[in-house]
Amino acid sequence: MLEAQGIRKEFIRQGKGTNRLVAVQDTDLTLGAGELTVLMGRSGSGKSTLLNMLAGLLAPTAGRILLDGEDLYAMEDRALSRLRNARIGVIPQGQTALHSLTVLENVLLPVRMYDPKADAAPEALALLERLGIAELQQDKPAALSGGELRRMAIARAVIRRPQIILADEPTGDLDDENTAIVFDFLRESARNGAAVLVVTHEGDAVQYADRIFRMNAGVLTAS
Amino acid sequence: MRRLAVQNLTGKPVRTAVLTVLAALLALAVFGGSLIVTSLRTGLHSLEDRLGADIMVVPYEATTKTNLEAIVLQGATGYFYMDNARAEKVLAREGIGQASEQFFLASASTGCCSLSVQIIGFDPQTDFSITPWIRRSFGGELQKYDVVVGNDLNAFVGDTLQFYGTEVHVAAKLAKTGTAYDTAVFTGEDTIKALIASSVERGMNQFTVDPDKVVSCILINAADGYTPEEVVNDINIHVKKVKAIQTKEMISGISDSLSGVRDVIGVLMAAVWVLGLAILLLAFTMSVNERRKEFAVLRVIGASRGMLAGLVLREALLTGVCGGMLGGVIGLAVIVPFNRAIEEQLGLPFLLPGAGTVIGYFAAAVILTALAGAAAAGIAALRISRMDTGLILRGDN
Ligand SMILES: Nc1ncnc2c1ncn2[C@@H]1O[C@H](COP(=O)(O)OP(=O)(O)OP(=O)(O)O)[C@@H](O)[C@H]1O
Ligand SMILES: [Mg+2]
Repeated sequence: MLEAQGIRKEFIRQGKGTNRLVAVQDTDLTLGAGELTVLMGRSGSGKSTLLNMLAGLLAPTAGRILLDGEDLYAMEDRALSRLRNARIGVIPQGQTALHSLTVLENVLLPVRMYDPKADAAPEALALLERLGIAELQQDKPAALSGGELRRMAIARAVIRRPQIILADEPTGDLDDENTAIVFDFLRESARNGAAVLVVTHEGDAVQYADRIFRMNAGVLTAS
Repeated sequence: MRRLAVQNLTGKPVRTAVLTVLAALLALAVFGGSLIVTSLRTGLHSLEDRLGADIMVVPYEATTKTNLEAIVLQGATGYFYMDNARAEKVLAREGIGQASEQFFLASASTGCCSLSVQIIGFDPQTDFSITPWIRRSFGGELQKYDVVVGNDLNAFVGDTLQFYGTEVHVAAKLAKTGTAYDTAVFTGEDTIKALIASSVERGMNQFTVDPDKVVSCILINAADGYTPEEVVNDINIHVKKVKAIQTKEMISGISDSLSGVRDVIGVLMAAVWVLGLAILLLAFTMSVNERRKEFAVLRVIGASRGMLAGLVLREALLTGVCGGMLGGVIGLAVIVPFNRAIEEQLGLPFLLPGAGTVIGYFAAAVILTALAGAAAAGIAALRISRMDTGLILRGDN
């Protein structure tokens, strides 16, 4: 469904002389519907760079990314944005709350962005329930812990039932119990037909995975 | 996205308040500045209307011993007289169209007025400058001992006032003119003659005159075929001990100071705007930079570049409109109730324009301020919409 063909990302590093860093070497990768793919690797190996390219958020230096045969980076910004809203759920690394909105409003924003009248609140509440943060729905993000914010970001990424879910260390701040909840949830999404890619350091992730990849200094290898 | 702009603003009340106050300052500068300048201009027109004559002829001493301009233009009190014989010589000159005599007297302080007021008597038969204006607020005929009071005086229709022991009756109150006439009392020739007589009897007039044998000044319009200048020169050359003055020249001092005031206000306005715009620009840029990560998140969940720019612009427009209204209201609250104080401070006639004009200026100030806010945010909006989301998202910084 989502297909990366020979994508590569170089960064120009400021410093003495021109110093090119190849964050991701020429990489081919296909994410299929119903599959949960796990990507592991050391810090700085290029995992986030790869994921952002797949999400249509970071243009590769070379190569193409096709979604059902359509080249993401050849699309107009408006069309690509709309497509990302409807079909790609991204859970970025780090904290990504919108601080002026409540937890529930954060989760609902992807729905309201293009359809202000839609009422997805029951669905959002069900998601929050599932992820164990339903009682925080009316709080502002400033009042939440790192793990709670992470779960909010997950709910926000999947509220539109995207066909592709790209999760960058979604369990970074979570305890074992919640880690299990999140992986169960991602696993279920895959079973329901989504193509899921999870970047993680979590060893336990292996048991949920259909496929496992390792990233080492920009080089992707299946394992 | 619409609500998000509002929520972003209410979510940061301090920052929003500072930006709103800044916008209010900008609006106050344009609105207040233009309202003051327009009021001064309206005041000048009103003064020209009220003088209502091309030429004023006064006894020569009036120009040397009293401050004629202060009396006519600034509401000071003072009086002077010339013999009827001299007045007749003036009226006999060529080129005189309409002409009417006036009589001045300054009151001792009375009930209505803590200070002495200028009393101006006119000849209802020949008057062409005051009557048309009294007609607007009073339809009847002025009887003997009837007076008409200027708008700023603390006296009302039906009141009885005393001048030098003589009771007079307030028949009408005039509309505001923004000029010296707002503090004057007007009355017919027979009434003022009686008042002058009482003041002389009581020894309270600085001149010992027979009111039936003097006038204070003559207002003249040049006849067709003559310019006011020709008539003024003719009178000054041929009639001794009088001074003919073109009212336009008297006012020219005022229009000069008016353009001076206008220049000062213009410079102030420009300074406030340059500074205000620079601060707004800085503030919006900072506010957007601070929220780079949040904008990146919006991109992640599917906002287009245009939507981000729209969000920033909407925040700026909202701030601009609210601030603009606030500034306009402050301007109204300061200028409308204190227009007398402003008039006295500037020493220039000051008359607020009609409500329609004021509302127009208000709206223009709000729109201008909103546009300024949008322009200041524009650069920030452009930058944030151009940013590379993937680069901002990395890590937790
Ligand atoms: N914008 C950038 N400019 C320069 N170098 C960058 C940039 N983004 C990433 N890099 C470099 O690219 C490499 C890969 O970064 P990336 O964020 O993909 O690592 P990662 O595998 O996600 O690491 P982590 O597990 O710590 O999140 C790193 O060496 C990083 O320093
Ligand atoms: Mg990373």
